[in-house]
Amino acid sequence: MDTAVTAKKKWWSGGHSPFNVSYGKLMMWYFLMSDAFTFGALLISYGTIRFMSTSWPDPNEVFHAFPGMGHADLPLVFVSLMTFILIMSSVTMVLAVHAGHMRDRKAVAKWMVWTIIGGIAFLSCQAWEWTHLYHSGAWWGRNPFTNVDGTIASTNFTNFFFTITGFHGLHVTSGVVLNIIILANVLKGTYEERGHYEMVEKVGLYWHFVDLVWVFVFTCFYLL
Amino acid sequence: MSNEATLHSQEVIHGAHAHDHDHDGHDHHHEGNFISKYVFSLDHKTIAKQFLITGIIWAIIGAFFSVLFRLQLGFPDATFPWLESILGHWAKGGRITPEAYYALVTMHGTILVFFVLTAGLSGTFSNLLIPLQVGARDMASPLMNCMSYWAFFLASVVMMSSLFVQTGPASGGWTAYPPLSALGDASIGSKIGMDLWLISMALFVVSQLLGGLNYISTILNMRTKGMTMTKMPLTIWSFFFTAVLGVLSFPVLLSGFILLLFDRHAGTSFYLSELFVAGKALPNEGGSAILYQHLFWFLGHPEVYIIILPAMGMVSEILAVNSRKPIFGYLAMVGSMFAIVILAFLVWAHHMFVTGLNPFLGAFFVLLTLLIAVPSAIKVFNWLTTIWKGNLRFTPGMLFSIGFVSTFISGGLTGIWLGNSSIDIHLHDTYFVIAHFHIVMGVSAFFGTFAGVYHWFPKMFGRYLNNTIAYIHFWITLIGAYLIFWPMHYEGMAGMPRRYYDYSSWESFKQFTELNHFISVVVILVFAAQLMFVFNFFYSIFKGRKVTTTNPWSSTTLEWTTPINPGHGNWIGEIPEVYRWPYDYSKNGKDFIPQTVPLSPEEEKEGH
Repeated sequence: MDTAVTAKKKWWSGGHSPFNVSYGKLMMWYFLMSDAFTFGALLISYGTIRFMSTSWPDPNEVFHAFPGMGHADLPLVFVSLMTFILIMSSVTMVLAVHAGHMRDRKAVAKWMVWTIIGGIAFLSCQAWEWTHLYHSGAWWGRNPFTNVDGTIASTNFTNFFFTITGFHGLHVTSGVVLNIIILANVLKGTYEERGHYEMVEKVGLYWHFVDLVWVFVFTCFYLL
Repeated sequence: MSNEATLHSQEVIHGAHAHDHDHDGHDHHHEGNFISKYVFSLDHKTIAKQFLITGIIWAIIGAFFSVLFRLQLGFPDATFPWLESILGHWAKGGRITPEAYYALVTMHGTILVFFVLTAGLSGTFSNLLIPLQVGARDMASPLMNCMSYWAFFLASVVMMSSLFVQTGPASGGWTAYPPLSALGDASIGSKIGMDLWLISMALFVVSQLLGGLNYISTILNMRTKGMTMTKMPLTIWSFFFTAVLGVLSFPVLLSGFILLLFDRHAGTSFYLSELFVAGKALPNEGGSAILYQHLFWFLGHPEVYIIILPAMGMVSEILAVNSRKPIFGYLAMVGSMFAIVILAFLVWAHHMFVTGLNPFLGAFFVLLTLLIAVPSAIKVFNWLTTIWKGNLRFTPGMLFSIGFVSTFISGGLTGIWLGNSSIDIHLHDTYFVIAHFHIVMGVSAFFGTFAGVYHWFPKMFGRYLNNTIAYIHFWITLIGAYLIFWPMHYEGMAGMPRRYYDYSSWESFKQFTELNHFISVVVILVFAAQLMFVFNFFYSIFKGRKVTTTNPWSSTTLEWTTPINPGHGNWIGEIPEVYRWPYDYSKNGKDFIPQTVPLSPEEEKEGH
């Protein structure tokens, strides 16, 4: 009986949301679509310039350092760690959202803290990597790395690397700030009073999106 | 969230009241001071007025710039000493300098395309009409709506300030192509003025995003009971598609600008390769100036639909109301707008046929571009069949709507020429292109805006605009627009290029001396007519004839069920329910049946 009623419900006939979501969540989804176009444009620009170039530096040679390991050749190990940290922070975010559904304030707070720690850890890794690259002579407009075929590379390898990972880092930073604000509200009991933890879901969407973007950024700069 | 729920959540923020019986929107427990009511207002109607008035101010500035550069084009040998007194060294001896000319042209384009016809048009009418016509108390998020206006205001302040810096505003064209825009040493217009331009445009994108997200979620989530998607007026459909276009295309422009800023200040070479400036070789290598054009036109082309779609929606509505006939082909109208939205993202490279684009690739862009003629023609035929044998009431809004259809046809037809790459190679960057896009996008969108202002002014201010001035305004603008832009087609076909400072030194363009002279005189007359409109607008806000009935145009849509001067919350008491589509005109012996009237038993039987 219940299902029959649900099936007959006219979702688009006004008076309620057709997707059964709040306007805030709808806005977040549209915002993420919009942001996907921003990153898409940057990554496609990167692809365009790279395909126009005759050759390109080898990421295995560029990204081979690890903090505290001296000159050991560990290609892509550090960035794998970074990626692992970020993906784990997505997992803890899922747990926070789940705890929100259970209306378990303590668990939400716990998993939000872990997510924030994951975010800060990722940003710290990025800061180390940038510093390391800077000290080996790489920066916007400066590229010490040679192409795979031994020719002198244009500066666009580093230009795109710093611009796009920087833009992503900026997104992670604002995600961490948002998470901290939401955590404060969780601790204050704002959402307990409101009766639902939807704000956690909304920042969760953003956080997962930022993670997803990193997967593409990671693929484009480190693997290809 | 339902309307009621949203309303109550708003109450926490700013104290709007569902059962507010005071028409001014004041609330006894809410200190509606000047700042919260008129400056940082959260009421969508006030925000709409803010967008409109800011847009009008920008329109006067942008149009005045065109008068100034038309003086140069029409009277290249004359001097106007008064120019020096307003422009200083930019018009030494009463003649505009080449640098000033390029600055004026660039700012004219930027201001009109973005600040007037994007923010001023969809900012005004999306804000005003979406909650009123879908039956909502306000936007989904009034706070974001307010922020959207203030981001636009900030963008305006930055753009305005760029007019006053010593080296002048951006002057590399409204498209800001690198390398010119990327290299500060390339021209004085590429110095600080260009940075301010980019910052202003970035703020503008933020404003568009905040506004667009709100429009989309309000339309999807906040419709009143019974307002299915296909019972929405076509205005709402057009604002919806406009917002989707904006939300998906402006971020790409932002990416392009980010890369441009890095090229300007961080020594990168995204758009730069193998360049010489002032005889000195630059170190930049490996970039591509064409890349910028792709990013720019991925926004730039949807942008023209962001400008024209709201005008289309409002014209559809006004034509139906003033023909006392249902709109012809409602679903075809929605479908063709949807087709335009999809195609808008697939045709950007038709702006780039002469950039060395692969002709094979160009063929696809030609095909997709020409496909746009199909939905456009469907819309035109539907407008014509809507007014066909209608009981026409020639209100100013109706006249401007008919004018819109006229200019959209005549400007749209030349689009079919330009969409063909082989013809475009000849006509690219000539006055033919100027004529095309000014008629189809500039003039048409302005006609749509004027139609909207004349039609909804009673809802905005509770007064009418003066009709006599309105009719003079209409005829001068319509005739003037054709007199200005029609001759430009001939100049373009004769190969007269855009963006030149002085054509008198070319033997081949001497034949157009008198014509340019004539165009410039008409421009001044048309500009004067617009000032009449501006006078009419501000005068009528305070002194116009008062509206005495809630539904002055005998219209079916929900905005006319609100009080004459609706307060914040729009409806006193419950929000009305909707039972029928918005185009029940001349039906069952009745002149019109409002959307709020339940279906009669006979209608139920017919199956609605």
